[in-house]
Amino acid sequence: MKKFIAAGVFAALMAGVAPATAATQIDFWHAFSGRLGELLDEQVSKFNASQSDYVVVATSKGNYSETLNAGIAAFRAGEQPDILQVFEVGTATMMAAKGAIKPVYEVMAESGLPFDQSAYLAAVTGYYTTTDGEMLSLPYNSSTPVLYVNKDALTAAGLDPEMDLSTWDKVGTALDALKASGSKCPMTTAWQSWVHLENLSAYHNVPFATKDNGFAGLDTELALNGDVQVKHIETFGQWAKDGKFIYSGRRNEGGATFRAGECGLFTESSAGYAGVKNEATFDFAIRPLPYWSEVDGAPQNTIIGGASLWVMEGQTPEEYKGVAAFFNFLSSSDIQAKWHQDTGYLPITMAAYEATKASGFYDENPGTDIAIIQMTGKAPTANSKGLRLGSFDQIRGIIDEELEGVWNGSKTAKEALDSAAVRGDELLRRFEQANR
Amino acid sequence: MEKRVVFDNRWLPYLLVAPQLLVTFVFFFWPAGQAIYQSAFIPDPFGLKTQFVGFGNFEYLFGNRFYRESFFTTAVFSVLVTVSAMCFALWLAVLADRVIKGSGTYRTLLIWPYAVAPAIAGVLWLFMFNPFTGIVAWSLSQFGYDWNHNLDGGQAMALVVAASAWKQISYNFLFFLAGLQAIPKSVIEAAAIDGASFARRFWTIIFPLLSPTTFFLLVVNVIYAFFDTFGVIHTITQGGPQQSTTILVYKVFADGFVGQDLGSSAAQSVVLLVLVGILTVVQFRFIERRVHY
Repeated sequence: MKKFIAAGVFAALMAGVAPATAATQIDFWHAFSGRLGELLDEQVSKFNASQSDYVVVATSKGNYSETLNAGIAAFRAGEQPDILQVFEVGTATMMAAKGAIKPVYEVMAESGLPFDQSAYLAAVTGYYTTTDGEMLSLPYNSSTPVLYVNKDALTAAGLDPEMDLSTWDKVGTALDALKASGSKCPMTTAWQSWVHLENLSAYHNVPFATKDNGFAGLDTELALNGDVQVKHIETFGQWAKDGKFIYSGRRNEGGATFRAGECGLFTESSAGYAGVKNEATFDFAIRPLPYWSEVDGAPQNTIIGGASLWVMEGQTPEEYKGVAAFFNFLSSSDIQAKWHQDTGYLPITMAAYEATKASGFYDENPGTDIAIIQMTGKAPTANSKGLRLGSFDQIRGIIDEELEGVWNGSKTAKEALDSAAVRGDELLRRFEQANR
Repeated sequence: MEKRVVFDNRWLPYLLVAPQLLVTFVFFFWPAGQAIYQSAFIPDPFGLKTQFVGFGNFEYLFGNRFYRESFFTTAVFSVLVTVSAMCFALWLAVLADRVIKGSGTYRTLLIWPYAVAPAIAGVLWLFMFNPFTGIVAWSLSQFGYDWNHNLDGGQAMALVVAASAWKQISYNFLFFLAGLQAIPKSVIEAAAIDGASFARRFWTIIFPLLSPTTFFLLVVNVIYAFFDTFGVIHTITQGGPQQSTTILVYKVFADGFVGQDLGSSAAQSVVLLVLVGILTVVQFRFIERRVHY
């Protein structure tokens, strides 16, 4: 009994000491686990320690799809969190849900906190802004595809490890040599649709879908079966047939093979850097994503993948103030710079990039600035701002299926992409109907 | 005097079955009713607005070639899983039943896989068959056989069938073993004295006497193949390559939880409901007649 009283007194004292009990709670649902989850928790506890008005409570809700579904289910039940992390392909779903989300620019304006949209990287925020340039969600973790090179494999194939790999033609020459030297996996990729169709289109300034890639309206149609895309997939289909391009799966299954040193080249997100650096026992380099030199205007800029933070509708003004304060904190340059350096994700502000540069990080970790240079080299066009397509997660599944048909030789590139467009359009029409 | 097995109180019987009715209503009729209701609408994911489309969702579904093909895929998958899981389990049960020394150990080991969650079973098989790093894929390549279930639909189907059946074998094994042990020894011994071989004893005595167990397992296994194999497919193939392992249940998930198309998902649930209803009627009307209790 004494113990209970002691505990009670202690608790009472603690409550008196920490005014945290009076602070407004901000719920933040995210999709991170493992190392990324730890880094996120670190940011949250830093924020909580930095002030006493708000307490952010971060909860992991599974993978991206599961987190989105949890958010949707919670909204239907009226129990939605203040902040929901949604992956980039869920952007159109969130955007169409007027009445379920509160645009970030509104939250920031109402809070009265300083908010300068031009401080953010246009190429990153472009994905999450309206056609008028107003920010709907706060970019959180963004990455872009780059080319990872196994220098030892190139040397073994009698190639100069510093050789020019800026265009796909030059990559083709390297693959010939790798194949001839007996490599079992000259090249592989992660996230084939994201790298070899979505980014390919933006990088060559051709549309992936009509209506400015869906930014200008729900009545968008896929345009991924254009000449550039067909040529690219055709080339890869031929490489797959010749054993120069090895298909390892829809997600980042190829990463394990590359990190084990079995592949020469690997196209993957810039956020894969930490993993490669940790595990690779060979000399590697990061290069910009190759392009087709005969296409006018290439290379344009690549687009991002990753996730952004959405603010849900139906919370108290006090909570929105807290959300704004938290977003402000997340956008501060030291937090961003640390996040960028720890994870390989892009910094979302120019200031964070400059801070990282000044710290000498890029000199110590060559290649980590490739992604940001590739994204910011040119001002984004309507074709390279991003994609905003409904049911996009499922459309990616369709694209994956059709590409698999090309890799196993049962379909030509043209047939597969035409079919992907027809099937994807069906889903886009369903989405348009549901959000009319 | 006539003896009637009825309750005197009019309300007592209703009260006694009420809990069961309540459970059935809350967990079956209500969700099923909701599915039927929702199948007539196209809602947006957040439930902010919804449109009545009548049978539009069904028209959309049956107009889709991939949905129609999914019926065939489901049939192939279910038959393969059910047949292989039951045959292997029966074979193992007969063997384990004859073991005298260390039978407990055998039985325990054979029951183990049942404790593995479907998703984990999927990952285990995926590791073994990974085209690049899997030990089985590597062994096959030593014999000159190229394994890549990421691209070959037949191999993908074989892999998900094997993983799903492997998980169910333990369950079937338990029931078959119990069934075997319930058969009176005297009948079998009498046949043995008459000089009947083991095969003959098995087919003329054991198998017919085991038929209630077999029938029960058939029903359970078909349901398992239809609904519980989702985790295995999700971890191994995600329905691919080119929809070759997309069974009906997987498509419900893909449309509902990946595509957030709740109208289509609800319509598919209704189709499944009808399909399983028909299957159950068929099983009980036509197959159960051959069962000797």
